[in-house]
Amino acid sequence: MQSQTQSQSALRSNTLLKKLQQYASLHAIYIVLIVLILGIALWDPLFLSVTTFRDILTQNATRAIIALGAAFVLITGGTDLSSGRIVGLTAVISASMLQTAEYQNRFFPNLPELPIIFPILAATLVGLIVGVINGIVVAKLKVPPFIATLGTMVAVYGLNSLYFDMEPNNSQPIGGLSKEFTKLGTGYIGFNSTYSIPYIVLIAIAVSIVVWIIFNKTRFGKNMYAIGGNMQAATVSGINVSKNLIGIYAIAGALYGLAGVLEAARTGGATNNYGNMYELDAIAACVVGGVSTTGGIGRVQGIIAGVLIFGVINYGLTFIGVSPYWQWITKGAIIVAAVAFDIRKYVAKK
Amino acid sequence: MSDYLLEMIAVSKEFPGVKALDGVTLQVRKGTVHALMGENGAGKSTLMKCLFGIYQPDEGEIKMNGTTLHIKNSKDALDCGISMIHQELNPVPHRNVMENLWIGRFPEYGIGPIKFIDHKKMLRDTEALLKDLGMDIDPHALVGDLSVSKVQSIEIAKAVSNNASVIVMDEPTSSLTGNEVEHLFRIIEDLKKRGVSVIYISHKMDEILRISDDVTIMRDGQKIGTWLASELTTDLIISRMVGRDLKQRFPEKVNRPGHVLLKVNNLCSTNPRSFQDVSFDLRAGEILGIGGLVGAQRTEVIEALFGLRSIESGTINIRGKEVNIQSPADAKKHGLALLTEERRVTGIFPVLSVLENTVISNQIAYTNAFGLLNNKKRRVIASESSEKLRVKTPSIDTQIRSLSGGNQQKVLLARWLLTNPDVLLLDEPTRGIDVGAKFEIYQLIVDLAKQGKAVIFISSEMPELLGMSNRILVMREGRVSGILSEEEATEESIMRLAAQHSA
Repeated sequence: MQSQTQSQSALRSNTLLKKLQQYASLHAIYIVLIVLILGIALWDPLFLSVTTFRDILTQNATRAIIALGAAFVLITGGTDLSSGRIVGLTAVISASMLQTAEYQNRFFPNLPELPIIFPILAATLVGLIVGVINGIVVAKLKVPPFIATLGTMVAVYGLNSLYFDMEPNNSQPIGGLSKEFTKLGTGYIGFNSTYSIPYIVLIAIAVSIVVWIIFNKTRFGKNMYAIGGNMQAATVSGINVSKNLIGIYAIAGALYGLAGVLEAARTGGATNNYGNMYELDAIAACVVGGVSTTGGIGRVQGIIAGVLIFGVINYGLTFIGVSPYWQWITKGAIIVAAVAFDIRKYVAKK
Repeated sequence: MSDYLLEMIAVSKEFPGVKALDGVTLQVRKGTVHALMGENGAGKSTLMKCLFGIYQPDEGEIKMNGTTLHIKNSKDALDCGISMIHQELNPVPHRNVMENLWIGRFPEYGIGPIKFIDHKKMLRDTEALLKDLGMDIDPHALVGDLSVSKVQSIEIAKAVSNNASVIVMDEPTSSLTGNEVEHLFRIIEDLKKRGVSVIYISHKMDEILRISDDVTIMRDGQKIGTWLASELTTDLIISRMVGRDLKQRFPEKVNRPGHVLLKVNNLCSTNPRSFQDVSFDLRAGEILGIGGLVGAQRTEVIEALFGLRSIESGTINIRGKEVNIQSPADAKKHGLALLTEERRVTGIFPVLSVLENTVISNQIAYTNAFGLLNNKKRRVIASESSEKLRVKTPSIDTQIRSLSGGNQQKVLLARWLLTNPDVLLLDEPTRGIDVGAKFEIYQLIVDLAKQGKAVIFISSEMPELLGMSNRILVMREGRVSGILSEEEATEESIMRLAAQHSA
């Protein structure tokens, strides 16, 4: 009798453990984020301050937008290496059109000061066009996404450098941006520079909401998951796969374009090297945030958490004085560990 | 000492819900061709996979020259002298003939741990081997450039060079031309002289009667018997292959065919080896079965109807109007729905939930004025159709890959029923599904036909074809070899149309 109750309680604690495990594996990413913050705070309690979190959010707003763009492509089972270079291109284009009239080395000496919305739209459009090219190459020419976007990544850098090297700029960093424009990157709503929300964070939040709606509330979003889940079945189900793929790459490109504009506004300038390697950060954040590398799976919440994990590592480890080289090693280990952990769910089932 | 080179004794193998092999014994004499025959799904392939270590039998033993073998994987089988020439050949196309021959066991030379591949020896051995077997193949040719027949010859040469004493050939002539078949038969004669035994799987009666010494016939996972080929005739083989009592139950055919809904005229594939000159019509409320052997191009025909394969010539009329179907999206618009044969490859989205899998083809019905999806409506519809089709799932948020095959199939059927199609194209809809779920699917099909939907039903299982269809169209080698009415259709009449070369 006693042994029976014992085994029953053992059974109960067993199922509890299982539930806990399940919960942990479902929400692992958020747990990691919290543990990371608490760990750093334990090391140095000063880390827990409004300034810290405000800085982390500000630094990672554009990265979140890029990661969300990359997520579209990753969820279809593809990959997008061109994001970083598109950011660079659109940063340069928007900055070149938004210098103050008094500035000495203007990119276009005779250009009147434009309302900022115009260059922003132009830069976003450029991003979208590059995205459409990616989409056509992948969907119509059937080039594997890795290669297709590798090609645009390299070519876009060349294009950007040509533009950047035009007379009279001759590859000088672009500065003297209009106050109205830089305010987009550095301005805020609130009392002062501490107790406030930066515009750029608000924009990232707005983008996240729009992307969430696309992912969860539109046919387009559902088609994206279906294409990533099983492209052949998507075709058989009557989904126009190539049309959807082109749209997906186009949206991704437009988001990189927007991110490029914001990078220029946040830093008050641009060069052709802006955005270098951002594509890898974006992919890493997605993967750590639970986007499946084989497609079909990914959620906005997870992607944001993935971005923040790297944001906290960057900021936090610098805060407690860890060498930047160690930060690289930590980040690399986290990427591999996250995927190794994630893949176990599938391996175990076979 | 037994008279047999290879013996498989009382081999049984069970898969969830299916007894694939039930105490099958196969005894192969040295230096003979032993034909293995049976309908699709009779258990021939499963038996051979047990022999080759791809499956582990639940019961029974395998003996070679009287000693018991323990075959855990394909490598063990090869080491024991058992080779298999698969129906689908898997060469490495971008490498040359000799590398394909010696792959995995390249001759090497070198000092200590540093080894290099001995290309000279490899070439010498290859030339000697090919010459010995009378095969005229350039050792340096890329395998991808060779004909199917030559690739097959290389596979056989590989088996011989592995000192194989038993070579299994699974439908070796299915993609060969007449001359190539003769060449293969010459090679087989040569193998026999060397004392090699060949287990030969084929549906083609004339081939079997010509080259085999012994014939073993299987049906429903059981062995019917082994006979000397000289004692058999085509008619005897067919009657032994199909002669079973129809115990499987089917729902009563309460549907009544009405007016002609779909008319197909002289449909020809762009691929000359695929279907040619296919014509038939289909009535509302009718179930048209399509029978034929594997490779008869049945799947290709209905995939062409659905816009998945291109058509060279011919027309498709729906309700008397000619339609142009270029893609599945077009087919959907014209009221067609397709359940594909390869459920896992082209049907389900494994990582997505039952909900998403159900509503994916009919999303337009759940969008509001702003183009946003109404999640509540999606959930209600998905739950309703799951209940209606009695899908057994913990919840509609469960990933579909964790469901059984039968339940996955019901979800796919639900997906297409939501699009409210007029014509259902079902390709082996009960394959890999346990008996209970099969009956539920039969019942659904009959109910749908009763509601006036037209159904095309491809099946390789005779009883199913006979039990379900109002008419049966039989295909052979890409052509319609006959359409049988319910009264004319018997297992014999179907098999005759499906298998015989000269009808």
